[in-house]
Amino acid sequence: MNKWTRRAFIGAGTITGGGFLLGVAGFTLAPGRHTLVSADAGEHGQLTTWITVTPDNLITILIPHCEMGQGTPTALAMMAAEEMNADWRLVRVQEAPALDEYANGYIIRTLSGDYVPAVMARGVDYGAFKIAQWFGFQVTGGSTAVRSTGEYGMRVAGAAAKEMLLTAAAQQFGVSMAECTAKSGRVLHAASGRSASFGELARAAAALPVPTSPALKNPDTFTLRRTAVPRLDIPSKVDGSAIYGIDVSVPGMLYAAVDFAPVQGGRVVHVDTKPAEAMRGVKKVLVLEEAVVVVADSFWRARKALAALTPEFHDGGNAGVSSETIFAAFDAALGAPPQMPATAATVVTADYKVPFLAHAGMEPISCTARVDGSHCDVWTGVQDPLNARSTAAKALGFENEQVTVHNQLLGGGFGRRLPFNFDYVDLGVRIAKAMSPTPVKMIWTRENDTQHDYYRPAGMSRHAGALDANGVPLAASSFYAGGGNGEAVFMPYAIPEKDADAKDAAHPIRLGQWRSVLNSQHGFFKESFIDEMAHAAGKDPFEFRRTMLNQQPRFKAALEKAAAMSGWGTPLPAGEGRGIAICESFGTIVAEVAHVSVSVAGRLKVLHMYAAVDCGDVVNLDTATAQVEGGIIFALSAALLGEITIKDGRVVERNFRDHQMIRIVDAPLVSVEFIRSNALLGGLGEPAVPPAAAALTNAIYAAAGVRVRELPVKKTPLVKQA
Amino acid sequence: MAITLTVNGTEHLLDVEPDMPLLWALRETLGLTGTKFGCGIAACGACTVHLDGRPVRTCTLPISAAVGKRVTTIEGLAQHGTLHAVQQVWVDAQVPQCGYCQSGIIMAVAGLLAQTPNPTDDEIDASLTNICRCGTFARVRKAIHQAAAPRTEGAAS
Repeated sequence: MNKWTRRAFIGAGTITGGGFLLGVAGFTLAPGRHTLVSADAGEHGQLTTWITVTPDNLITILIPHCEMGQGTPTALAMMAAEEMNADWRLVRVQEAPALDEYANGYIIRTLSGDYVPAVMARGVDYGAFKIAQWFGFQVTGGSTAVRSTGEYGMRVAGAAAKEMLLTAAAQQFGVSMAECTAKSGRVLHAASGRSASFGELARAAAALPVPTSPALKNPDTFTLRRTAVPRLDIPSKVDGSAIYGIDVSVPGMLYAAVDFAPVQGGRVVHVDTKPAEAMRGVKKVLVLEEAVVVVADSFWRARKALAALTPEFHDGGNAGVSSETIFAAFDAALGAPPQMPATAATVVTADYKVPFLAHAGMEPISCTARVDGSHCDVWTGVQDPLNARSTAAKALGFENEQVTVHNQLLGGGFGRRLPFNFDYVDLGVRIAKAMSPTPVKMIWTRENDTQHDYYRPAGMSRHAGALDANGVPLAASSFYAGGGNGEAVFMPYAIPEKDADAKDAAHPIRLGQWRSVLNSQHGFFKESFIDEMAHAAGKDPFEFRRTMLNQQPRFKAALEKAAAMSGWGTPLPAGEGRGIAICESFGTIVAEVAHVSVSVAGRLKVLHMYAAVDCGDVVNLDTATAQVEGGIIFALSAALLGEITIKDGRVVERNFRDHQMIRIVDAPLVSVEFIRSNALLGGLGEPAVPPAAAALTNAIYAAAGVRVRELPVKKTPLVKQA
Repeated sequence: MAITLTVNGTEHLLDVEPDMPLLWALRETLGLTGTKFGCGIAACGACTVHLDGRPVRTCTLPISAAVGKRVTTIEGLAQHGTLHAVQQVWVDAQVPQCGYCQSGIIMAVAGLLAQTPNPTDDEIDASLTNICRCGTFARVRKAIHQAAAPRTEGAAS
């Protein structure tokens, strides 16, 4: 277990309104923690601890992560409540404020000094490594919340709280702690039949020292975890009461609409602002370096006025860039395919291509801000409120402490709202500064959102594989352009020679993290190619993979389970096929089988997706399942239809008519099963994405004999050429 | 010019242009933010409300088209504190993820079930064209069938 090298601290005191606070400082190594968690923290109204118990028996758990649809707060609260033996009906969650003291970057970082958590030690787990580098961030990304904050924070905090409550009860009953047990929010002394609720014990417990290494529960005794607990945020999402960033209302606020220079790196050259200024509701037209902004008393009026302008933009010298020039540069950089051993009986080669992709969360980007003298308030939905705060401070020339970020629910994140992608916070506070002290809500149109994203990198790979005379692989190597890393290119198969080398081909398109980061490209590349090798060897693609996984029992088990779920090997009607693929990302192994049909005319229908998932163990069975279901649909939407095209230096796609997403008619059935391997917890927000595209295209090959080597699938006619 | 609008059973007098889309009047003038802006071209369905009981996409619908009609938003779907059957199955089946598109989907489904109480999968596919980026479609379909299923005596919900 992790080491606690300094004393843990406790906050206890009277809460405004007469309540009483029991606080357990779960992450005590954070700088500044000592001054913040003081004995009178409650009296100052400063809640700097993770768990509070009030006399009404309610337990409030602070969550240093955002809710963007994954059920993270619910899962984290379950991990703390499980250790406490709390009554789940009395547990509430609250998002931690955007203060340094709640940075979850500390969690991994503090543990990686003299102790490297095994989630990172695995080497292939790039996500956790990246998050660890983001020291001081309050980030929700990299599929890390449950396995870092949960495993190293929430469990320990919950266990410490339980131990304190048990100690308090033992003192009250005049018995030893060993005779007491905690169950459903009460401490019981079985011998005397006495009991007390957590709420009744909170005051006494709060006066006790915090245990520095509380005993964690044996996973075999979990009663709450692994169950399908309803998510705490769902009721507000069916009656319209949930407030997302775009819904925030600040008294007296105005609205801003934005017209960006369309070409990457471009700027405003000239605009005649008069036509907009004369229109109803318009307060101001701002001409910024990269955009023209209309501020009005309604967003619709701001948009309408913006449409009356004809700004002239400079192209930033990038007007010659297009998807064609970018892929041509990739092609040139890749050069000749990797060399194969001279002993090969068969050499297989193939190139694969994937396009830029936008995140296209359903909630368009927005940022509401008020700059009043020396303070700025920001209301938005981000995957890292601490970095949003420093972005705002930097844009205004403020210290971080002069900015308060009020993080809201996110209408989809998928990586768009991660740190380093906060152009909208930067712009939002600059607009608010120009209108100071009036608050301004800047809303991006869908067109703004589609054309000014941080895109999933386009990429291309060139593979060569060698088989001996018996169809046994001797080598499988690749060159790739567009980005990659050790985790993304990792192939678990026992092949004597394996290699994947990056080739550089720079371009000016703005890039960012997109659900599963570089695994989404490489999952398609590597699992397509291994399938092609299987067919070249004349072997069943499932068996071909399985025979090479004897040294990788978790991979093998997941592959076998997915195959069994799908009825792999059982006959299918003509025109139907199954494809299989397997990837590890963020510490989780996912094997998927796609079952598709392709009509004689080339019409594709994805009938059913099967996923076998080894994330060690699940916390909330239902939200875990939902993440896999959703990840598969997200990946299929991209694989079938998703594409951002660059022409004349700008993004061609504008809105959901020319930037298509799948809808219910195209959504297959999805079956999900988990393997409890008891390996260290893996992430779940992303790992279902990487294998999906390859499972799909491998299934298309099985159904129609057409090998799709370029995404989206819609670019390839699915009728076999005579 | 003042416009009279009946929303969730209450009459409002609004000083807005007749060509302002209903969406913005609901969200900004009346503060009913449960109806969402998604695309502005009636392609995604996040802005769906009921006009005289029928689902409409409000991001392109001028407010003048709603005059004299009953507008029902997600906030007005529950009756007397009881969730609409669609809202209830949405909770039971744990449909939403990020939830942003779900107001629109719930309104579309409530409209579908009012016309077609027990829709087939093909009818669902033909009627429901909303976009959900979190990929809740399988649960949406399951929940629609659950809402449509006749409530038999003593059946577990």
